[in-house]
Amino acid sequence: MTDLRGAMAAADVSAAAIAPPTSSERRLGRRSRQLDELVLLLGPALVLFVGFVLVPIGIAAYYGLYKWTGYGPLSDFSGLHNYKVILTDPIFRSSLIHNVIIAILSLIIQLPISIGIALLMNRKMGGGSFLRVAVFAPYVVSLATTAVLWSLLLEPNGFVDELFRAAGLGGLVHFWLADPTIVLYTMFVVLTWQYIGFGIILLLAGLQGIPSELREAAAIDGASAWQTTRHITLPLLGPTIRIWIFLSMIGSLQVFDLVWIMTLGGPANASSTMVFYMIFFGFHSQEFGFGSAAAVILFIICFVFAVLYQRYVLRRDTEGALTRAVR
Amino acid sequence: MRSTRKYLAAVAAAAAALTLAACGSSGSPSGSSNGKVTLTWWSNATSGQLLAVFRGLISSYEKAHPNVTISYVPIQNEQYDTKIQSALQGHKQPDIFFQRGGGFMATQVKSGQLADLSPYIKSWVGELGGSGEAWQTGSTQYGVPYDLHTVGFWYRKDLFAKAGITGAPTTLTDLESDVAKLKAAGVAPIAVGSKDQWPDAFYWDYFAVRECSTSVLQAAVKSDNANDSCFSKAESDLKGFMATNPFVPGFLSVPAQQGAGSSAGQVASGKAAMELQGDWDPSVMQALVPASTWQSDTSQIGWFPFPSVPGAAGSQSAMLGGSDGNSCSVTAPEPACADFLEYLSSSTNQVKLAGANLLPANPAGSSGVTLPADQDVMNFTKTKPYVQEYLDLAYPTSVGTALDAAVATFFANPAKAVSGSVATAINQAAARQ
Repeated sequence: MTDLRGAMAAADVSAAAIAPPTSSERRLGRRSRQLDELVLLLGPALVLFVGFVLVPIGIAAYYGLYKWTGYGPLSDFSGLHNYKVILTDPIFRSSLIHNVIIAILSLIIQLPISIGIALLMNRKMGGGSFLRVAVFAPYVVSLATTAVLWSLLLEPNGFVDELFRAAGLGGLVHFWLADPTIVLYTMFVVLTWQYIGFGIILLLAGLQGIPSELREAAAIDGASAWQTTRHITLPLLGPTIRIWIFLSMIGSLQVFDLVWIMTLGGPANASSTMVFYMIFFGFHSQEFGFGSAAAVILFIICFVFAVLYQRYVLRRDTEGALTRAVR
Repeated sequence: MRSTRKYLAAVAAAAAALTLAACGSSGSPSGSSNGKVTLTWWSNATSGQLLAVFRGLISSYEKAHPNVTISYVPIQNEQYDTKIQSALQGHKQPDIFFQRGGGFMATQVKSGQLADLSPYIKSWVGELGGSGEAWQTGSTQYGVPYDLHTVGFWYRKDLFAKAGITGAPTTLTDLESDVAKLKAAGVAPIAVGSKDQWPDAFYWDYFAVRECSTSVLQAAVKSDNANDSCFSKAESDLKGFMATNPFVPGFLSVPAQQGAGSSAGQVASGKAAMELQGDWDPSVMQALVPASTWQSDTSQIGWFPFPSVPGAAGSQSAMLGGSDGNSCSVTAPEPACADFLEYLSSSTNQVKLAGANLLPANPAGSSGVTLPADQDVMNFTKTKPYVQEYLDLAYPTSVGTALDAAVATFFANPAKAVSGSVATAINQAAARQ
């Protein structure tokens, strides 16, 4: 709110400074030119946003109130029935839990690994740019390719199993995708392989934005390398880490491609996620009203998370940047 | 139906282009006053022998009927349902379109999208026998099948011989003892593509077909439920069978048809002795192994029907299967559309279709069947067994999806499943509709 008010006040001030009211005609001309600019610059984006984001959300919310197989008019109004069925469906609940597990694992496993590797790679060393490209490479591969590739690697007696055996770890070989107690963690490993490079590059960019003088000053004051990292680097990396967490959490809520290609949610729904649930039990099974209701629930979950995160976590980052820039 | 999946893996890129072409085609009927008629035909044959046969049939039909032009639009199988649905809903439907019968067709009938073909085809549809009847709702014919599908066990003759099995099993007890013999010989007995769910459903369906009488099955499909106690019996039969651990280790993540590690690939490469699959299986297998290791007439594999279940009350010879065919949309010019469907199912053309490794819907086409194992299937179907359409397709799509998902969950842990879990899932999905 405050930054909005600040921005508006600033806009008023600058408008007044540029446009002293000399004659009403000129004022009108300028106003209409400003309006033209607004329409020209904002119009296309606004039309696209409304047409492809807001309207579909509204339509999905409307469809979600009906039972509809996709044929004929919407005539079978069922109120909140679809929502009730979804929220009480054990498969949806376990899908939600799977999403949350992936989110938590990302936070406690991917984040420390990303920070660690980024700190290492931030030092001057030979082959640094090659390492950066190598680490980032999996992220460039499309998810569908990743899924097909890993399905082959993880086949029973496939490459991964043979690798374990060759290393004398045959006892660790499992049915990576066929065991309901393991499959979700297998998916997490594949997700980590795909996305860790993105996190590392993001954090590296953040690290390179930290002025080296600060660390030098700390070193002169006698701080150890650990103390410098703990009290200088990490706090200054905070905004980047918070952005990474935001992207990672939203990504965790949206996991779908890997699941669809590698396991179809199985075995026994042990790897199903919310988006998978929506596609499989909504659209794949031709229950478009039901699927729309699932989409709305998913939207609300993501939206609420995003708003809360923006409000309570990201605000100090963005607010600081914006308000100071305006002043 | 599922046979077509095998083509698609190979032609995904081509199909994407074709799909774009399909987007651009307006499906509106174009009969005109000067007697010229253009029929648009959407089907899922996008490559291979079947497409070639279709194209050949179209050109000879056009030669014989100079006033008719048939515009064929191939559509990738995996996208077909969605595309035809939006076309029908948006009133851009083609005149003739591919159909699998069952619940998907029933939904279209219910919403008034399909032409009643009865007046045009009454005189000849009897030629098709039972497969034509399966496409009637009441006494109204809403589509005409051009092929037949049947599900049975495809097995490696060499691996059966290695395990000392002399004849194909005819009862469940035989099958279970053969499973034990194969294991003793160090051969993984049965491959199954559990990842895809629908191959699991074949087992549950077949036990239901054995346990439930024909009339119970028909009534259950008609009224969208699985209330009869025979369905729970089927599930406990399946539980008993799975207690013998008949499947390849790790089967839960195995796909049915994609790649050498799929269930079809496992049988083709001799890593498993058999699998319960549709008639399309030999050609799927052929595509998954190097040509040098495979006999072109697929004579290293044999076929036997699903065994009888001792003490079960249903038909012990009934088969699980289905058929592919076409419907005419309500706006299609008649009798041209119905006439073309008759043409596809006529005996001479059915022989040609059989040459593309399909089992012909018209028994008169069986002379075109060439593969020895396919001939075994045709000989069995000559005894005119009752053919129950795959239950996941016979029910409306949402119920069928729930059936597949419930059987897949059952497969993951049969010991833990609540008795009658699949029937319960069917009833719940039906109630949700």
